[in-house]
Amino acid sequence: MTERITKSMAKNIYYGGGTFALMIFIALTFDTVHQIPKRSNQQNMTESVVAGKKLWEKNDCVGCHTIVGEGAYYAPELMNVFQRRGASDEATFKAYMQGWMAAQPLSAPNRRKMPQFHLTPAEVDHLSDFLIWTSKVNANDWPPTIEG
Amino acid sequence: MKYTSQAVAKPYFIFALILLAGEILFGLLMGIQYIWGDFLFPLIPFNVLRMVHTNLLIVLLLFGFMGATYYLVPEETETELWSPKLAIITFWVFAAAGVATILGYLFVPYAELTELTFNNLLPTMGREFLEQPLPTKVGIVIVVLSYLLNVTMTVIKGRKTVITTVLLTGLLGLAVFFLFAFYVPDNLIMDKFFWWFTVHLWVEATWELILGAILAFVLIKVTGVDREHIDKWLYLIIAMTMVSGILGTGHHFFYMGAPEYWLWIGSISSAVEPLPFLLMILFAFTMARDRKIKHDNEMALTWAKGTAVMGFIGAGVWGFFHTLAPVNMFTHGTQLTAAHGHLSFYGAYVMIIFTMISYAMPILRGRPHGNCKKAQKVELASFWIMNIGMVGLTLALSAAGIVQILDQRVGTELIGFMESQESIAGIYMIRAGFGVLVFAGLLTYFYSFFVKEEPQQA
Repeated sequence: MTERITKSMAKNIYYGGGTFALMIFIALTFDTVHQIPKRSNQQNMTESVVAGKKLWEKNDCVGCHTIVGEGAYYAPELMNVFQRRGASDEATFKAYMQGWMAAQPLSAPNRRKMPQFHLTPAEVDHLSDFLIWTSKVNANDWPPTIEG
Repeated sequence: MKYTSQAVAKPYFIFALILLAGEILFGLLMGIQYIWGDFLFPLIPFNVLRMVHTNLLIVLLLFGFMGATYYLVPEETETELWSPKLAIITFWVFAAAGVATILGYLFVPYAELTELTFNNLLPTMGREFLEQPLPTKVGIVIVVLSYLLNVTMTVIKGRKTVITTVLLTGLLGLAVFFLFAFYVPDNLIMDKFFWWFTVHLWVEATWELILGAILAFVLIKVTGVDREHIDKWLYLIIAMTMVSGILGTGHHFFYMGAPEYWLWIGSISSAVEPLPFLLMILFAFTMARDRKIKHDNEMALTWAKGTAVMGFIGAGVWGFFHTLAPVNMFTHGTQLTAAHGHLSFYGAYVMIIFTMISYAMPILRGRPHGNCKKAQKVELASFWIMNIGMVGLTLALSAAGIVQILDQRVGTELIGFMESQESIAGIYMIRAGFGVLVFAGLLTYFYSFFVKEEPQQA
């Protein structure tokens, strides 16, 4: 097969094909950037949600957990933790989070450990708001089950 | 060594190998913590081990690429490097910044590190693989720019070849796409969308150009095949890389909040992504078959062929397993991703650096015909030990991923993440065992550097 392809043909496929793919990619990027605010309900992104995202980053939560399926695989997926641990009720979830974060690290021997991050109750609420907001993103019906 | 300035490659190679040892060591520690959660806790929590593990990998690959470039560019351009001094300064700046960053991860709690390094001025930290403090990120930009400047100036004053053009395009892409590491929108989904511009477009586009260029260079040297012929193959490989890899970014946009059309675009494009790697296999084996010379350094060719094969299996085959959207619905965010990540980074990128070091290091050490037969035998053993270790590790992680999917995502009697992980503990032990084998292979590889020439027969 390769005998019939000359060097200049191969070169043209590289430049032509590469440029073509890049153009489509850029066009779709513009469209995606346009659609993400709606799909993620950006209007509900309160100051508390943004503060929660900053805490999420500051404590490198993604170093153990996945969120929206991305991150480390050492600890549970958190996109749907609101449904799983809070039964989709904000008050229940926030109360659960306050208790859970305060109890870390659990003393169960040899269970994987979550460090104690010394967050204030207000900060834990920000984190909860961030996770609640994330749980409502339209991610094409992912995760497939409540277990994440 | 034809040009004295090629010698600047040597510290880059040595440091890359030291970092690789560190990377694997931290991988082993993680492997143990996966089994015994109390191991090293709270001294080094898992996220810190992982940060060190993945960041060392990225940095060692950059060191490897830089060393490879500084070695091959003078020979390709037939002129001395524009500024060997700048290359050495860059080395020390990058090495110091890298070591300081790792020490920061290990000895300062991450939240404190964000405060100490002005993350509040421009928050960029706490995102997977891009955990580096702001000064380190700025340092990476400076280092990459100085590297790009050095290579560009050398290419401008010397002979232009297809290899240098492809290499430069790859390096330029590497520099440009890293800039997205500084863009962190408040909207998590937007943030993730652009995060992939650095992560995916490095690994599955621009780095593949660098890989192709290095592979082509080594194959010319060790097979003596006509450059025209090699160039054609190189163009074909990178053409397929660009056509599939750029839109292949879409396979990360299936289930993270991006629009539905990515399900189709990502699936179709990334189904083509194994093709450039398949071409690499054909390339390496055809060139080896049609070789005009028989180079005494047989290991360099072995590594080159190995890179093509392992890159194809790790990046191509293991990537394809979970790249179609309906499959990815179940595999997204499981150990299968980790399995693919391990074998692709090793097969494509760590091995191309072994290829280059195996070819260039003996020459840099005054052995133009390669290491002695005995040393090459040891190196061949290390080649197999590391490959078997990595394949075993990948199979174990794949099995873990499949069990995880069956436990948490398929059927009606589902169990939770922690319970599922406990059921996988045995597989994680096997994984750790193969990890030890990889490390043993690396130590064998190191030992091959110190095997002495056999005394000449009278």
